[in-house]
Amino acid sequence: MAMTMTQKILAAHAGLDSVSAGQLIRAKLDIVLGNDITTPVAINEFTKNGFSQVFDKDKIAIVLDHFVPNKDIKAAEQSKQCREFACSHCVSHFYDVGKMGIEHALLPEQGVVTAGDCIIGADSHTCTYGALGAFSTGVGSTDMAAGMATGTAWFKVPSAIRFHLTGKLPENCSGKDVILTIIGKIGVDGALYKSMEFCGEGVASLSMDDRLCICNMAIEAGAKNGIFPVDDVTMAYMEGRCERKPVVYAADPDAQYEQTIEIDLSSIVPTVACPHLPENTKPAADLGHIKIDQVVIGSCTNGRMEDMEAAYNTLKGKTIAPGVRCIIIPATMQIYRDCVEKGYVTAFIDAGAVVSTPTCGPCLGGYMGILAAGERCIATTNRNFVGRMGHVDSEVYLASPATAAASALTGYITAPKEV
Amino acid sequence: MNTQGTVFKYPDNVDTDVIIPARYLNTANAQELAKHCMEDIDTSFVSRVQPGDIMVAGWNFGCGSSREHAPLVIKTCGTGCVIAKSFARIFYRNAINIGLPILECEQAAEEIHSGDQVHVDFDSGIITNQTTGKTYQAEPFPEFIQNIIRKGGLLASLREV
Repeated sequence: MAMTMTQKILAAHAGLDSVSAGQLIRAKLDIVLGNDITTPVAINEFTKNGFSQVFDKDKIAIVLDHFVPNKDIKAAEQSKQCREFACSHCVSHFYDVGKMGIEHALLPEQGVVTAGDCIIGADSHTCTYGALGAFSTGVGSTDMAAGMATGTAWFKVPSAIRFHLTGKLPENCSGKDVILTIIGKIGVDGALYKSMEFCGEGVASLSMDDRLCICNMAIEAGAKNGIFPVDDVTMAYMEGRCERKPVVYAADPDAQYEQTIEIDLSSIVPTVACPHLPENTKPAADLGHIKIDQVVIGSCTNGRMEDMEAAYNTLKGKTIAPGVRCIIIPATMQIYRDCVEKGYVTAFIDAGAVVSTPTCGPCLGGYMGILAAGERCIATTNRNFVGRMGHVDSEVYLASPATAAASALTGYITAPKEV
Repeated sequence: MNTQGTVFKYPDNVDTDVIIPARYLNTANAQELAKHCMEDIDTSFVSRVQPGDIMVAGWNFGCGSSREHAPLVIKTCGTGCVIAKSFARIFYRNAINIGLPILECEQAAEEIHSGDQVHVDFDSGIITNQTTGKTYQAEPFPEFIQNIIRKGGLLASLREV
């Protein structure tokens, strides 16, 4: 029976010749991931239920990234619990301050995830790794605990929506504009329980950073996973980086999709999602004079090197508008270091921005850029729900790094070409 | 198994950031977290909810973050059941895994109002609105999931394998 790319990976990990949408399976896991918020709950469940050993110390990744360097005593206690668990079980992929990065930028960068993998993570943006041609999905802490104990997880095999990409992105657009456009089109539950499978000749023109960003926000359309085919761009990225040999799966030509949506990349424009849902999208140029108090450039969605480069190209030699606080957060220590070496950090500081070491902090209203009542932020993050970045009466607009940086210079939401 | 109580009605796309804001996630203590359940959209929920009460919501309930703290605080507050038109997939998994009863029923979620007295029979999936006298049939869980619920959650079910 013909299968989608996702179904092929799931079938292989369930030890089955084929699977079909709706089937319940138990699949073997290549990586089980958790962070400093979700891992403590998983450890408690693991211990409470009498498990004493993890299934494979090399297939568990614990990344301290949400509230580190620790924002307060309680956060420090949670990090400590993760650290002690990782140490006592000899977890080889444990990333602490100094080595850490935002998990979904870090694991691909460090080659911990690879094409053909089946991955669960106790973080909703685990769907990011579909950019490498892996099946990867977010789960909760109990699933993480079960994954650590057994090396398996149960799944309902998803049906899929196919996104057929053609053309090439305009210069001022990036993966963020593509995924915001798609979410605006299908809605925040438009792909609920389903795979978003990307294909078509337009894929080749998208960089790995674009693809990682697009898959990262599949969850914002309700999807179980997002996935790209493996091509020369993917192979070049994985070469010499991945610790496991990539396994390439491709969708059958006659695979069944619930729907095919055509996306002409050349027609994409700089796009912004207005409060309070990622589906409330509008072209940045149509927004009028929306004044901002803060800009955040970073996160698992847009804290990668191309994002830093986009910010640099806009901000270098310029001055951030008076009254605007601009916070730039490279997503991993490697990216942070590269920003230092390339002179980006100096340029950011000269423009009036602050540059932080990696953290999820402001994206989820944790710390490092909390908004007061009535304040408005344009951010390259992934959610703009009520109270997401601070006070319930604050507002978050989601955009690409180019749009966020352009807005930092003018003080109101601004499309990149207007600067 | 069943529950009976007063309905708290919420709209479409209730996200995990309003169910339990991330600013409180520096602890995994369920009792402490539960004090803040729903506070960003309903400041009085925690003071009004009684054991067995029922949340009713629209499409895509529990969207957003994977935080298991979300179904956990709803359960810890004493909520007996969540009925929605649909659930976001991670919330759906998490609710089953931790033993918070949830039911998908579009018509019930549409017609039941805040303050109604509702009875839910989990074995049959029958929802009875005692205020209006109307009954609804929710989608039953697949056998595989019923087994997890019967065993008292995912990890408990694995231990017996």
